[in-house]
Amino acid sequence: MLAAFTGYEIIGKVPAILHTPLMSGSNFVHGIVLVGAMVALGHADTILEQVIGFVGVALAAGNAVGGYVVTERMLEMFKSSKD
Amino acid sequence: MSFLIQASYFVAAVLFILGLKRMASPKTAVSGIKWAGIGMVLAVLATFFYPDLHNVGLIVTAIVIGSAAAWISGKKVEMTDMPQMVALYNGMGGGAAGAISAVELYSGNATAHGSGLASLAVIGGVIGAVSLSGSCIAYAKLQGLMKKAWSAPMHQGLNALMVILLFGIGLALATSVEPGPFWITVFFLIALVLGIFMTTPIGGADMPVVISLYNALTGLAVAFEGFVLGNAAMIIAGTVVGAAGSLLTLLMAKAMNRSLANVLFSGFGASDEAA
Repeated sequence: MLAAFTGYEIIGKVPAILHTPLMSGSNFVHGIVLVGAMVALGHADTILEQVIGFVGVALAAGNAVGGYVVTERMLEMFKSSKD
Repeated sequence: MSFLIQASYFVAAVLFILGLKRMASPKTAVSGIKWAGIGMVLAVLATFFYPDLHNVGLIVTAIVIGSAAAWISGKKVEMTDMPQMVALYNGMGGGAAGAISAVELYSGNATAHGSGLASLAVIGGVIGAVSLSGSCIAYAKLQGLMKKAWSAPMHQGLNALMVILLFGIGLALATSVEPGPFWITVFFLIALVLGIFMTTPIGGADMPVVISLYNALTGLAVAFEGFVLGNAAMIIAGTVVGAAGSLLTLLMAKAMNRSLANVLFSGFGASDEAA
């Protein structure tokens, strides 16, 4: 609940120009799913579980790294054009 | 050791929130993503110290493959093509949440701890899977791979039917102690198809709103899977993204002078409730 209110509080007063980077940034934050995927793969026993877990970790790593790279590039551009 | 892991997860979650907070203001935006990045590295490193973690080789290989692919594509992509990349990465996150759910269900871990936890795994799984296939369609549309808005005959009825099926099978999966692999597979296939059907009729101009919605959904899925795994970082970060993303979706829809219902028409509302 507290986390939900925090989310609300953060987005409540944001200039429209920051919507897309912010979407990208929060996209990066849920890349934390990587941690869960690692735990799931780390405890997988059968081949099927390992395959799914492997795909899961790879996807999650893509989410985290891609989200970071894209957000940073967006924000860098934002900085140079605004300052 | 377990305490240290939980502590670093907590620190990571705080860094995420502070990072997002900084991203919400033009002056501090650039440093915001760096804060969140530090949190992510911390959480991932801490996870390697998880008690009885095996398949470490597989984990590292998967991380390297996923990161390399995302790094290269993220650096190369044109600025104007950013939204679809966000969609793609978001879909990957949804897929990962779905994969966690699938592993927990196939292995029987989720159901072993009561149907409450199992239903969280099921809900997280379906949201994750819908987000995965939906985001892929959003990507294809923005990338110009898929030009026309296409909807299946009896579109609304079909979507409603799938939602009902998902609900039924999901309920069965969550309550049976040893769910059959066949039904788990069917369940995820239906969820993936639903994601596709939900997204295909939506036009390209509305896509950013839809991507933002899937972003929020993935956040929710991550939070649900966080409950299943008892992982504080996932619960907090997922919930923050879920809440922030939902609000952002509404703001974006409003900035375009459209109501969310208007953007999503046809059968989407039903599945939103299921979420």
